[in-house]
Amino acid sequence: MAYSEKVLDHFKNPKNVGTLDKSKKNVGTGLVGAPECGDVMRLQIEVDEESGMIKDAKFKTFGCGSAIASSSLATEWLIGKSLEEAGNIDNMDIVEELALPPVKIHCSVLAEDAIKSAISDYKEKNGITA
Amino acid sequence: MSNRKLIYLDNNSTTPCDPRVVEAMLPYFYEHPGNAASRNHPFGWEAEDAVDLARQRIAALLNVDPKEIIFTSGATESDNLALKGVFEMYKSKGNHIITATTEHKAVLDSCKKIESMGGEVTYLEVQPDGRIDLEKLEAAIKPSTILVSIMWANNETGVIQDMKAIGDICAKHGVLFMSDATQAVGKIPVHPKEVGVHLLAFTGHKMYGPKGVGALFVNRKNPRVKVTAQMDGGGHERGMRSGTLNVPGIVGMGKAAEIAMNEMESDTQRISKLRDKLERELTTRLEESYINGDVAHRMPHVTNISFKHVEGEGLMMTFNQEIGVSSGSACTSASLEPSYVLVALGLGDDLAHSSIRFSLGRFTTEEEIDYAIDALVKGVNHMRDLSPIWEMYKEGIDLSKIVWSEH
Repeated sequence: MAYSEKVLDHFKNPKNVGTLDKSKKNVGTGLVGAPECGDVMRLQIEVDEESGMIKDAKFKTFGCGSAIASSSLATEWLIGKSLEEAGNIDNMDIVEELALPPVKIHCSVLAEDAIKSAISDYKEKNGITA
Repeated sequence: MSNRKLIYLDNNSTTPCDPRVVEAMLPYFYEHPGNAASRNHPFGWEAEDAVDLARQRIAALLNVDPKEIIFTSGATESDNLALKGVFEMYKSKGNHIITATTEHKAVLDSCKKIESMGGEVTYLEVQPDGRIDLEKLEAAIKPSTILVSIMWANNETGVIQDMKAIGDICAKHGVLFMSDATQAVGKIPVHPKEVGVHLLAFTGHKMYGPKGVGALFVNRKNPRVKVTAQMDGGGHERGMRSGTLNVPGIVGMGKAAEIAMNEMESDTQRISKLRDKLERELTTRLEESYINGDVAHRMPHVTNISFKHVEGEGLMMTFNQEIGVSSGSACTSASLEPSYVLVALGLGDDLAHSSIRFSLGRFTTEEEIDYAIDALVKGVNHMRDLSPIWEMYKEGIDLSKIVWSEH
């Protein structure tokens, strides 16, 4: 199976790889997947408390190239978005942008789960109810 | 894309066809077009002579009688013919077959079919080193057992079974012994009669021959073994496999057998040195890397290594524009199932997902191995920089205590 140019680019030069301080109140962390399943994604957002906008996002992913590309793309999309906008990112947007084949759709689902999980972690920390 | 030559370290999938094999085959496409079954003109005689020579060369490699070689389309067909053919031929004597969980799918799926035909199959678990527990094997034999099917060498790990010991157990209980020797024939000495194997399946394209041709050795004397044909037609191959013989393919497989016989020893010496270098460099330069399978009983050209907290398919993507290897991780379906062979060795799913199989060959050079070592080290480090579980592991977090959201 050949990968799309976009997947290859995100894989070789992943954007926003790293770790945010999860003890900070304005950082939300999402950890999804399982080593047994062959992919684990950790996605973090840092929210600007005044504007409520996501000012930084970082990821680390254990997985195949499509999983890594999906999470790299997700962090790019998250920066500069409000939590509400971020919550509306749909896995099919990722599929389309990266031209993922059907067997790799689960990678995009995992990325969407990671985004939602990071947002809910942030909300929980800050006492915001859905 | 650089102009560097691609590096092929996936010889267990298929080997390149040796140029000497190709040369031997070419005349049999146009100059000598005959059907080996045409008994009444020179075209047929030429084809038959060529097939006879190939049969002799293959028989010589196995140290068996040429009459005991049945040509097929490949190892999958040979496995099917041996298993289903024995079951149909001997089912009045018993319906029980013993095999192992680490066998190739051609064996496992044939056994599944036999179960649906009223057979009973025992799938033995292997030891953590990949070898059969001989006591368990013997204990599994019962009065209704007609056949034991154990592969000579495993395709994923290269682990070689104790064929003589298994053959002795089968002989003691009067049970037929079949072996899928696809990965072993042409690379290490495989002499079925010396170890008590009665049926042996193998193929051309794993021994530098062409694809689309294989063979089944069927023992003719003490005991005289028969299999029920799975392909009906003109009664070729002593009635066990009908169908016009693939003359160019058979000629190629014969030539490949001849070359293997002459060069096996020198090939093995050279290739195993390269394999050992690859293995030594990777496991010393990369912490938390583990060799899978019994290193003391292993094919000389194979190594299967797990790089902890790195997903195999992702790792392959760091170098697969230049280097061809195989991964135990099949991240291509919603189930994301890792290699069943590695799981059968007792590897956790995480290590199974982290494995790469390197299989070297006759045409592998030291320069290629040096390049591959550097590419692998770079790739594993890249993937670990990206891996959240590697980070947690380095922080001393016990990963087994984390509640993962399995999907």
